[in-house]
Amino acid sequence: MWRWLHPYAKPEATYRLVDKMLPWFAGLTVISLLVGMVWGLAFAPADYQQGDSYRIIYIHVPAAIFSMGAYFGMAICGAIALIWQIKTAEWALPAIAPVGAAMTAIALFTGAIWGKPMWGTWWVWDARLTSELILLFLYIGVMALYAAFDDARTGAKAASILAIVGVVNLPIIHYSVEWWNTLHQGATITKFERPSIANSMLWPLLISLLGFMLLTATLVLMRYKNQLLKHELNRPWAQAELAQASSTSAEEKR
Amino acid sequence: MKHKTTEPLPRLKAHELSSVRGGRTLFEQVSFEVHAGELWQITGANGAGKSTLLRMLAGLMPSSTGRIEFNNHSIQYDRSAYHQQLLFIGHKPAVKAELTALENVYWQRRLSGDTGARQDSMDDWRLLETIGLLGLEDEMTGRLSAGQQRRVALTRLWHSQAPLWILDEPFTALDVKGIALLEQRFNEHLAKGGSIVMTSHQALSLASLNPQQLHLGEVYANAMGAV
Amino acid sequence: MTALQLWRSVLSKDLRLAARRRSDAINPLIFLLMVITLFPLGVGPGPDILARIAPGIIWVAALLATLLGVDRIFKDDYADGSLEQLCLLPQPLAFTVSAKMVSHWLLSGLPLVILSPLLALLLSLPGDAYAALSASLLLGTPALSALAAIGASLTLPLQRGSALVSLILLPLFIPILIFATSAVESAGMGMAVHGQLAILAAISVLTVTLAPLAVAAGVRMSVN
Repeated sequence: MWRWLHPYAKPEATYRLVDKMLPWFAGLTVISLLVGMVWGLAFAPADYQQGDSYRIIYIHVPAAIFSMGAYFGMAICGAIALIWQIKTAEWALPAIAPVGAAMTAIALFTGAIWGKPMWGTWWVWDARLTSELILLFLYIGVMALYAAFDDARTGAKAASILAIVGVVNLPIIHYSVEWWNTLHQGATITKFERPSIANSMLWPLLISLLGFMLLTATLVLMRYKNQLLKHELNRPWAQAELAQASSTSAEEKR
Repeated sequence: MKHKTTEPLPRLKAHELSSVRGGRTLFEQVSFEVHAGELWQITGANGAGKSTLLRMLAGLMPSSTGRIEFNNHSIQYDRSAYHQQLLFIGHKPAVKAELTALENVYWQRRLSGDTGARQDSMDDWRLLETIGLLGLEDEMTGRLSAGQQRRVALTRLWHSQAPLWILDEPFTALDVKGIALLEQRFNEHLAKGGSIVMTSHQALSLASLNPQQLHLGEVYANAMGAV
Repeated sequence: MTALQLWRSVLSKDLRLAARRRSDAINPLIFLLMVITLFPLGVGPGPDILARIAPGIIWVAALLATLLGVDRIFKDDYADGSLEQLCLLPQPLAFTVSAKMVSHWLLSGLPLVILSPLLALLLSLPGDAYAALSASLLLGTPALSALAAIGASLTLPLQRGSALVSLILLPLFIPILIFATSAVESAGMGMAVHGQLAILAAISVLTVTLAPLAVAAGVRMSVN
């Protein structure tokens, strides 16, 4: 693992790799999101119970899944940064956190929109929605802690520790909330758990999942690239990179 | 400052240390070797990174580059063994304002590993006498003057068994008598084969101890040449 | 000196210092009592409604009181340099800092357990639930102290860290709140509470064993 990771402890090598990967990720994101969204929102059959309003799952479910996924990714980067003291892993944390938080916010927002026709109200204390809300708080905590330190390295360390603590807690929080929800149950019917789903609805969902995964990765990589440049601003390679970028944009303007 | 070839291995070895904080380089390529019986004085302007260097040497802070070795082992290799041999007194005195001078000495003993420490012991009284705080032992330390508080903190130099001392501005706030007392203690320590790395602006008073100098800042390259 | 001897020294020094500054430990408890007093004034003194919401109120107040005591854990030691001396001891830091967690619990969690019958009385909790309330506090508050120590260690170098500490800690408190209040509620309804209490105990054991690692990392980062 170490031997494989070691070259990418060098910011410049990481930057080159990210730079090479980014167009591919971006292109695939656009394609899979377009296919998934159009298929899901326009062509997939309507639900016999919920009609067209169920279609929001093509956004809600992927966003919810990758809001969790991004948190795990953030904690893994934090662990790598803490254990092996790799700077480039530290910088991944501020790149991932806002993207994950945005995914969480999308999941909450679409959940509320879905709730209106289903439950007749924008917000119910459904287990999944509550978990998402708490996840949003966890993200906010990590971002606030990172931002509170003047020194970015110390901030990244503190936020990494918190992210790892959060990841240990996340399953406990998740199951406690689910348990709490069944305990105080009665009124709300959980529409999020469907016993089975028809293939004609499943395929677009899978493609949307792929699309959101790629979207998360693309946004993270874009932010990560900026982080690399920001932290290495005084190094020659970053200067060269910036000079090249500004000259090409000047040419484009002409 | 040339070492004889028969010289034993250095006790503490700093190799190409540097400090980069927030994109600003405080110092770089700092190397020196501390042998038994040596006193090293680190000098430099305010903000040159003296305290930072000492904290690196104590293992409180990682160096951006290079390595630090104690008895030929990296200090990260066995932190616990290193810290057993180290006494560090930083800017902050680690003295509790809510405890009396006598209690502070007692707790210092207990926390530095003296299992035989007893409250109100003869040893502690004698120590307070040595350091010139007799008569103030029941005063809350928070009510003592800065120099007196400093003395309470420095009592650790008298009961510590550690061969390596790292001291950040130990003379701060001390009066002439206090400084003389401390120099005498340094002498005893060095004579027993102990080593001291310290920062201080009191270059003159240290002269009798024949310190090795390391200057951080623009002209530190000269000092490097001397090593 | 063994690590255990050092652990005891750190704990007894902490308790000695707390004895010199009693208000630090007492003020959060008085705050808790005041918060509890506000609720009957806010929602009316009817015993039915009070008994209904009592477990939640007491536990939320306990969480807030814990937050008030967070600064006490490391702030002074950090400011006067005692904390960096702890980092420089040959004994493992994770073990040493667990003594600080225990001292925090002895001065904030334990008094809550002792105070709990009074709180239950004020909020007309059914008699059956008294024991469950005390038990839930006894089993849940150690985890609160352990998490509080994490929050404290991560925000040490910050000048104004207290709002941030709440932001970090409250989401982590949620599972404890859920199982604790559920235990008290079940007891009030005459149902078995062993399940919830067992989970609470498990959460506490897990948190108390793992938290020192995070706290040690946090302290090293802060002292740096």
